[in-house]
Amino acid sequence: MAYAAGVDVGSTQTKAVILDEGRKIVGRALIDTGANVVSAAENAYVEALRESGVQEEEVEYVVGTGYGRYRVTFGDTQVTEISCHGRGSVHMFPQTRTVLDMGGQDTKAIRVGAAGEILDFCMNDKCAAGTGRFLGAAATALEIPIGELGPTALRAEKAVRISTTCTVFAESEVLSWLGKGKRTEDILLGVHQSIAARSISLLRRVGVEQELTFTGGVARNVGMIHALNRALGLQVNVGDESHFMGAIGAALFALDHLLGSRIPASARETTA
Amino acid sequence: MIYTAGIDVGSTYTKAVIFGEDQRIHGRAMTNTGFKLEGAAERTLDQALEEEGLDRSRISYVVSTGYGRYQVPFRDVNVTDLTADAMGGRFFFPETRTVLDIGGQTMKAMRLDGEGRVKSFRLNDKCAAGTGAFLEKTARYMGYTTQEIGPLVATSKDQVSISGVCAVFAESEVINHLSHGSPPADIMLGAIVSLVERSVQLMKRVQVEPQVTLAGGILRFEAMAGVIRTKLGIEVNLPPGELVQFLGAIGAAVLGQRRLSRLEQEGIGKKGARTEIETATRM
Repeated sequence: MAYAAGVDVGSTQTKAVILDEGRKIVGRALIDTGANVVSAAENAYVEALRESGVQEEEVEYVVGTGYGRYRVTFGDTQVTEISCHGRGSVHMFPQTRTVLDMGGQDTKAIRVGAAGEILDFCMNDKCAAGTGRFLGAAATALEIPIGELGPTALRAEKAVRISTTCTVFAESEVLSWLGKGKRTEDILLGVHQSIAARSISLLRRVGVEQELTFTGGVARNVGMIHALNRALGLQVNVGDESHFMGAIGAALFALDHLLGSRIPASARETTA
Repeated sequence: MIYTAGIDVGSTYTKAVIFGEDQRIHGRAMTNTGFKLEGAAERTLDQALEEEGLDRSRISYVVSTGYGRYQVPFRDVNVTDLTADAMGGRFFFPETRTVLDIGGQTMKAMRLDGEGRVKSFRLNDKCAAGTGAFLEKTARYMGYTTQEIGPLVATSKDQVSISGVCAVFAESEVINHLSHGSPPADIMLGAIVSLVERSVQLMKRVQVEPQVTLAGGILRFEAMAGVIRTKLGIEVNLPPGELVQFLGAIGAAVLGQRRLSRLEQEGIGKKGARTEIETATRM
């Protein structure tokens, strides 16, 4: 049996996935990227191998992706995370035509064709508003673990309207609402709604076509899924492995290579 | 002696100044604003009074300014930050025509006419990359406090380029530079230069006219004013020492004296003064 791997080095977390020839996920790992990007990639890969029980020499092709893809020193080639999220999403949810990838420092709206090819994309390249960092700032201000943000927001009665755009100022706005006696739940619902509104304006720039698949680290957040569904008036696709989508896509490209099809040049440098 | 008080309730710090009819400052204080704005104003005023052992009954007129100016219940009047900065700038440098005020969460540029009236202004309070918060964050990413920015940057020998587009993205940039061995002092200078570049853009939009007077806590750091001078290509005025941080509070207190004396001449009571200023400064 031959295996392929994808390693997605994100700004906040690094993900690795091992696929078998049948495109089945046999191992996965997720760790914080931290300051040493090279060792983050190595550690995530080693951990995914351990989970799969596959030996390193059995993995015949490794694709690196994410902002640190060139730091995956053991990678055979690199593919952009936009192509990987498109590819992974269409593999997991074949009717996917739009992808929203919400990560720690960036959010991308991607429109894809039936084969997962990139038709258009748009991202927040100038500002961290509307990304996972905004949630991180709220979590810090409210002293709540990131994993509890979504469930807490779902217990809200009435959303507090968050007016700041800047992630840095969000922290003080959250604290000032708390000071004015607003409930944590209601503040958090407002935070989720404000991020949802920002990502929807990003999505509108590429055009929302059904189905929409939600990927990236924030796809684990049930509060964000809920806020997006409400604001968009549809049900986004999201699975247990949505936050591994970039790595899954990378591993699928690696498998393509093993099975004899070339990785298109456009996937290496995605341009819209 | 007739005293007035100027209280500037900013997003980060609250400043209070006691000003006498002798045109001199008789006390000042600064505290963290926190989230109870009313408490901050009272606390800061009382601290400023302590300096010359005065008590509140000696203050004839209180002028509040800053983003929390409506949360000063004992104010006689409130004026906008712009009015206060214009007045403060002209108090130190009567020829002031442009004021740049870099605060913790806002940046303001304004152009004045010969009488000190605000003719044009621009402000940024939407994005931290154009405010003092940018330097504060950059310092914090490297393990320094705000107070350490000045001494740190004074040791800089070269400047590392920091994009300054987003205060959050700056973190990865800073970490990247540190891991490549860049000295923190040079990274800090890079952050200052990028903030200054944004302030110069803001000033250009109000059409800079000399003289330029600077205000705001960030400008305590000599490096900051130096970079502004170079980028603008003209001399800039800096109020002496710590007073650069008190420009708005001073302006508010000076305004209080001016109004009091004018009203006295005209024989109108203090109550009349209140309505007059409110109409004059509503923006």
